[in-house]
Amino acid sequence: MTATAARPAAVPLGPPPSMVVKKFVSRVLFYVVIALLLVFFMLPMLWIVLAPFDASPSLTIKLPDFSTGNFSELWHNPYALRSLLNALIISLGTMALVLVFGALASYALSRVRVPGRDALLYALLLLSSIVSGTAAMVPIFLLMTNVHLIDSQLGVVLVMTGGLLPAAIFILKDFMDATPRSYEESAKVFGASPLQILRHVVIPIARPGLATIAVWALVNAWGNFLVPFILLRSADKYPAAVVMYTFYTEGGQPKLGLISAFSLMYSIPVVIAYLVVSRRYGFRFHGGIKS
Amino acid sequence: MPRTAVATDAAGLGRARAGGFVAPALVLVGLFLVFPALWTIYLGLTDYRLTGLAAAAPKMVGLQNFRDALADRFFLNSLWLTLIYVAGSAIIGQTVLGFALAWMMQKVRPSVRGVVETVVLLAWLLPGSVVSFLWWAMLNRRDGTLNALLDTPGYNWLIQHPMLSIIVFNTWRGTAFSMMLFSAALQAVPPSQLESARMAGANGAQQFRDVVFPHIRGHVLTNTLLISLWTFNDFSPYLLTAGGPNHKSEILPAFIYNRAIGTGELGYGAAISLIMLVINLIIALLYLTLLRTRKVKT
Amino acid sequence: MRRYARSTAILAAGTALALTLAGCGSDSGSGGGTSAGADTSAAAATSHTAAADGTTSSGDTSEAAPGTSTAGGSESSAGTSAPSGGTVTLTISTNGISGGKNAQEADWITNWVIPEFTKAEAAKGVTVQVSYQSSGVDDEKYKAKLALDLKAGSGPDVFSIDGIWVGEFAQAGYIKPLEDVVGADYQSWDGLKQINEAVQGNATFDGKLYGLPTGTDGRVLYYNKKLFQQAGLPADWHPASWDDIFAAADKLKSIDGVTPLQMNAGTAMGEATTMQGILPLLAGTGAQIYTDGKWLGNTQQLRDVLSFYDKAYNTDQVGDPDLQLDAKGRDESFAEFAAGKIGILAESDYFWRSVVNPKDGVAPMKDRNDTVGYTLIPAQKAGAGIRGQDFVSMSGGAVYTLNPNSKNAKASWDLMTFMLSPEAIEARLGDQAQITSRDDVNKTVLANDPMLTFVATKVLPLTAYRPGLAEYPEVSMLLQQATADVVSGTSVDDAAASYQEALEKLVGADKVTSG
Repeated sequence: MTATAARPAAVPLGPPPSMVVKKFVSRVLFYVVIALLLVFFMLPMLWIVLAPFDASPSLTIKLPDFSTGNFSELWHNPYALRSLLNALIISLGTMALVLVFGALASYALSRVRVPGRDALLYALLLLSSIVSGTAAMVPIFLLMTNVHLIDSQLGVVLVMTGGLLPAAIFILKDFMDATPRSYEESAKVFGASPLQILRHVVIPIARPGLATIAVWALVNAWGNFLVPFILLRSADKYPAAVVMYTFYTEGGQPKLGLISAFSLMYSIPVVIAYLVVSRRYGFRFHGGIKS
Repeated sequence: MPRTAVATDAAGLGRARAGGFVAPALVLVGLFLVFPALWTIYLGLTDYRLTGLAAAAPKMVGLQNFRDALADRFFLNSLWLTLIYVAGSAIIGQTVLGFALAWMMQKVRPSVRGVVETVVLLAWLLPGSVVSFLWWAMLNRRDGTLNALLDTPGYNWLIQHPMLSIIVFNTWRGTAFSMMLFSAALQAVPPSQLESARMAGANGAQQFRDVVFPHIRGHVLTNTLLISLWTFNDFSPYLLTAGGPNHKSEILPAFIYNRAIGTGELGYGAAISLIMLVINLIIALLYLTLLRTRKVKT
Repeated sequence: MRRYARSTAILAAGTALALTLAGCGSDSGSGGGTSAGADTSAAAATSHTAAADGTTSSGDTSEAAPGTSTAGGSESSAGTSAPSGGTVTLTISTNGISGGKNAQEADWITNWVIPEFTKAEAAKGVTVQVSYQSSGVDDEKYKAKLALDLKAGSGPDVFSIDGIWVGEFAQAGYIKPLEDVVGADYQSWDGLKQINEAVQGNATFDGKLYGLPTGTDGRVLYYNKKLFQQAGLPADWHPASWDDIFAAADKLKSIDGVTPLQMNAGTAMGEATTMQGILPLLAGTGAQIYTDGKWLGNTQQLRDVLSFYDKAYNTDQVGDPDLQLDAKGRDESFAEFAAGKIGILAESDYFWRSVVNPKDGVAPMKDRNDTVGYTLIPAQKAGAGIRGQDFVSMSGGAVYTLNPNSKNAKASWDLMTFMLSPEAIEARLGDQAQITSRDDVNKTVLANDPMLTFVATKVLPLTAYRPGLAEYPEVSMLLQQATADVVSGTSVDDAAASYQEALEKLVGADKVTSG
């Protein structure tokens, strides 16, 4: 009663307090919205943090009945740990190729006028959507058979690189376009070769973009199932994405213990890669230095 | 100055050397992307199958696959669902939520910003198979977390609301890209212009329309193009619903998968891929037209 | 300056890494090249050898095996001409992986078949090197990968496929009759007599045997005796007609929270809908899906089957339509049965031995032997089934078969028959009971399991197999779609009509019955 009585009494004091209240309320609402969004994004991920440590994991998120049994099961699985190493080899290989070739190509395309450049970029971007689909499975398989790259991790890396390069060049060219030309001009005056200019002038400026593309390529290669599944034959070369699908019983029931522990182990490397890159180089999909 | 976006060969690269820089990428892309893609388009003109007589001796059938597609109730259903999916999860979901997050993160402490951005990015970083399993677990009918939270035991979200489920799923998964792109773009809006708009008495919406939007318009378009294309070709909802129930969430990549792997109709699947490519092309052309009008205006 | 140095270092490291990888990976590629020029099957043989290194040695030596890889290549080409001289390299592939799906079969091949076979051949003076290619993924993905390999003229020497793929693989030329691959003396293998004609039918196409079945199964109706008791139904239940099934289901409806009848429907369950639902029902109307060169179209029998679904899911509402739409509906149905929430369930003996098995089932029931009842699937009414039977069932099973492009067809055949020797089968099963393809083995392994004995003695004589034709998988999809349509509210007539239309488009109007 007193509280409700007090509030009308406060109003006559003038607009500033009501403004303060309004501002306070909107600030609270603002943080409530942020909190809700945070819950929305975190909720599905809680399972992967809790279930691996549960003695008998179920699908529900609950405080674990603590046990490391799932990890020891994972440790004894003949393919689980090796598949993480394989995924690392394949993803780092893909990342390196995408980064090196993407940087060279995007820089050149950004600086030199080539007739039909934009059309070419768009055409490649569109074609990459076909190749990532299931329908291209047969051509890719037959092509790789003919060049003897079946059951080879190099083959997987090359196919993935081919698929990722157009989008990488597309995004990187934006960064290259945004780097100022004046530095390059002065470097040229001092007699630097174009490759030196790229290495010492352009790349440092476009570094956040390169770092971002590196993570992007890594994440894409890390999660790709279809390409390694079709191209590899030996189980000891399978990356994690393929092995993850074998943790089911004959009847298609997920082995929750293995899946939860493996999901955690499978997720950690990309998260670390992101954290390292974002801390050291920044993580931006666009916007180098505006001139 | 808008002229900076135009190519100027400041480093003295020259055509020949530029060609050398582009060549390795072009060779890789040509061999491992363009060649299989063209081959796929060719397969779309045949009745090729994974097994059976048509696997031994595929025949050219011309445009028959395309005629079949246009008369196929499941294809038309799938096309419609894909448009809803792209509009719902990419254009509305990811763009709006991504912008809202980027906007809000300008106004919070760096520590809060760091946490929020990392969590949103995690959704994007985690491998697809893991993420789809997490969502499947959350939406599960029997002991999913969502039912426990909302006290709706036994409610089958993936059956009752398959499209809504995959749209929310993809919004969750892909918002990070839009958020990052927009927060970079927003940093490029000159604070002085915002300040003068505020002085002139413009409210939030007016500030956005008159000051912010003109600056980020290009980013909005680039973002929309990329995420539309990615969403259009996104296979991950298949891991959640397998296109079901009864084709109710069978977006085109799932449709192709069910035909190419499920029943082995590789020729038909390849033809649908080409149809998808054409639709992607239309999206890209639309984007280019919008981008061009922007350039003419500025 | 330091910033520049750092970023250059990233690029340099990246390039170095790429080059290193390129070096590593090309081992297997160049191995294939040196052994036999551009011959693809030789390249495949080399990579098989590499696989052998990985599976036999548990260490991390597989990456560093260029020496063995080239050696394997040259020897495999020598093996073509004189299998008794050099080393014969063979590869087995099944859809299993140690520690994952079908782990039992995978472990058996690596730990028993390969060492034992190598030993047995060595005793005959032949040096063999056998490797195992594991997969352990969805069957359709395994099938796609196998088909691609065979299409390219490579692939494993001995591999496992589902019996219903025999027709489509044969038509595609991926597999050939045993008499072509092995020669006529395949008939002299003494195990053949132990595999009865009906079971051999599962590996037969156009009257020719393409491989050897490894086992078979049969479908029955399972029911929960406790729920039956609660509903006032007999613990020893023997329905004699569809009406009897619905009568029991209607009574079970009185128990709260229980789904009386689970008859698989819809496309999400895939082949389980066809095998556990449509085809046994169809057999109960006296019809088979393919007879005398024609596929069953929109006929009275088909409409009767669809009406069964309509009654179960719409009129009587004794089934749970949601379960039929769920991508994991079949697993859910297992879990619900195990939890005592499903009254009657049509399933194969797999359900008994691998799902509700108290020892290692996926949805174990501690009181399985007391609670789970099983009975024959009745025809629509007595005598209405195929061949005038009162009861019906359907069977399927896996088949081992040979690669027609194998360089060592004879050795592959020896390996395959070795895998189907009584000792090998017993080693595979361990202490588990399962219906195998061999009568002599069944006598001993099934003795302690009344349910499996019931299937072997009572169900298999009544059973039918699916047609081993290339069109079958797609016809099966159309059937599933028809049930999905009915369950989601389409009328039986409309669903049957669109089935007919799609079927005619698929196989040609002249090959479809109707009326």
